Formats: sequence, structure tokens, C-alpha cells
Amino acid sequence: MFQPDEVTEPAFDHPWQAQIMALAQTMIKTGHLEATHWAETLGAALRQAEAEGAPDTADTYYTCVLQALETVTEPHVTAADRDTRRAQWEEAYKVTPHGQPVVLKS
Amino acid sequence: MATFDREDAAKLARHLHSHLPSDPALRTKTLESLLVERGFVAPETIDAWVEAYSEHIGPKRGAQVVARSWVDPAFRARLMDDATAAIAEFGFDGDATGHLKAVENTDTQHHLIVCTLCSCYPFSLLGMSPAWYKSAAYRARAVREPRQVLSEFGVDLPETVGVRVWDSTAELRYLVVPQRPANTDGWDEARLAALVTRNAMIGTARHLKTEAA
Repeated sequence: MFQPDEVTEPAFDHPWQAQIMALAQTMIKTGHLEATHWAETLGAALRQAEAEGAPDTADTYYTCVLQALETVTEPHVTAADRDTRRAQWEEAYKVTPHGQPVVLKS
Repeated sequence: MATFDREDAAKLARHLHSHLPSDPALRTKTLESLLVERGFVAPETIDAWVEAYSEHIGPKRGAQVVARSWVDPAFRARLMDDATAAIAEFGFDGDATGHLKAVENTDTQHHLIVCTLCSCYPFSLLGMSPAWYKSAAYRARAVREPRQVLSEFGVDLPETVGVRVWDSTAELRYLVVPQRPANTDGWDEARLAALVTRNAMIGTARHLKTEAA
């Protein structure tokens, strides 16, 4: 099932995958996230995805990274904070003409 | 005179909605903007990381380290003794290489790297890990049936060659130093480095090809 050849694949399939990895690795580097705690949380998210029958793909993997980062940052950013901010982003996307940069209203 | 009936409104709503990013993209944007706002990350640091790992940092770094270990016995000794310090000589230390161990393949020993827990990987030395390294199948099977996994990668090991599987952790990661191919006497480091593949440095390839060089 594994490819024997060295395949030159892009590092990321979607920009958000790079951004979420960047967030996690940067927080580890700057001491805001402990590497072992991160590995355990990500491992738990991966095990859960597997138990739920999620496809064994890079997309599932990065979704677990996202889930794990939401979990480890909960002391600082609550689910309610995220819900509010997401609604703001969705609104910003809806009112921004196509092709214009999407920014949050300050 | 412009009319704006219900059908137009519905069409417009569909059109706008189709421009919303995907759910994970929105969740990422949400989390990033909150973490930036609260001072946990700087936006320029995130941008720099994304650019570096999308464009610049890849397995060629590890290949240079391996090639030097083949031509410079003193460097090889330093690499085997303390890989973290040795790669710092190249300036390749950084993300996830704080504790790095190099393991050398021999005629009778093959090394294979996995992270069974999640996906620990020496990013600053090898770039982003390949999709298969992160897969549940590889993480589970590399330990349970390494020879079968290797065979699926096209590496058929005779029984005379032992396999040792190293399980990476957040605290210790690994670099496989593959064997230098025969008939490369006198080759310089750059030419040798071009032979070293990412998979060979994870251990899912064994014999390096010299034809392409």
C-alpha cells in the first residue's frame, strides 16, 4: 500500500494545513506549548479519529492537528470565544466583495 | 428599474456562501486571529514558518548531513555522538531537532523510523513529513510488521539483515544514515548528497541509486 518511489509531493494540500502546523510549532518554539503535552493531545485526537472510522488521509491528520490545537489552547481561547470569532469571520467573508482582502471589523 | 425578488436573493446568498472558506480553514483562521490578538503568536512568525516549510526547508538538508558523514570521519563521529550539535554546524537545528539521534545502516542492520503516538519528525532537518508517515496504517504497522511494510516500499530485506524500529517522541527524534553506495569513490559532498533520498533517511528506502547523479 505504500509507494516505493520518492514522490515529490507538495508539503501541504491546503494553506490552512500549513497555518495550523505553523501555529503549533511556533507555540512550541516560543514556550507557549509543551512538546510532550502537544504530542499526547495530537495522539489522542488521531486515535479518536481512527476509532470513529475517519479516512486515513492527510486531511484527517491535519483536522486532528486543528482539533488538538483547539484543545490545548482552551485555557486561553474558549469554545465560546471561537464561536464568536468564527461568526465575525463568516460575516466578513459575506460582506466583502470577491477579490478584496477579507478583514475583521475592528 | 432593478428588481430584487426572492429568487435573486437566494441566488446571491448561494453565491456568497460559495466563497466562504472550508470549515477547517475557517476554524484555523478563527484560532490564529485569537492567538495573535492575545499575544501567543506573531503573524509575521507564522507567515515566515509557512513560507519556509512550503518552499525552502526539505530533505536536502538531511542529505547534506549524510553526505558529509560519508566523507568526513571526524564529522561522522560527532554526528553519531550528538546529532543535535552536529547539525547545528550546518545551521539546521530548529523545529523539533532539540534532541536528535543518528542511526547508521550497515550490511547487517537496517533502521526504520516511526512515531507511533502521533507524527514526531525532525522538521528542520527533513522538512514536512510525507503523508504516509502520518497515516494510521504506517504508525501501527511499522512496529508490528516492519519487514512487510518495508517490502511494500520496495525494500526486501534478507533474513541476514536485522531491522530495528525507532519510535520517535516529542523529546527524541531520529535520522537514518543510509550506507554510501559503492562506486562513488572520489565523489564530492554535493554529488553524494544528491543521491540521498528522504525515504532513505526515514528508513523506508535502503539502497541508494547512483544512475541519476
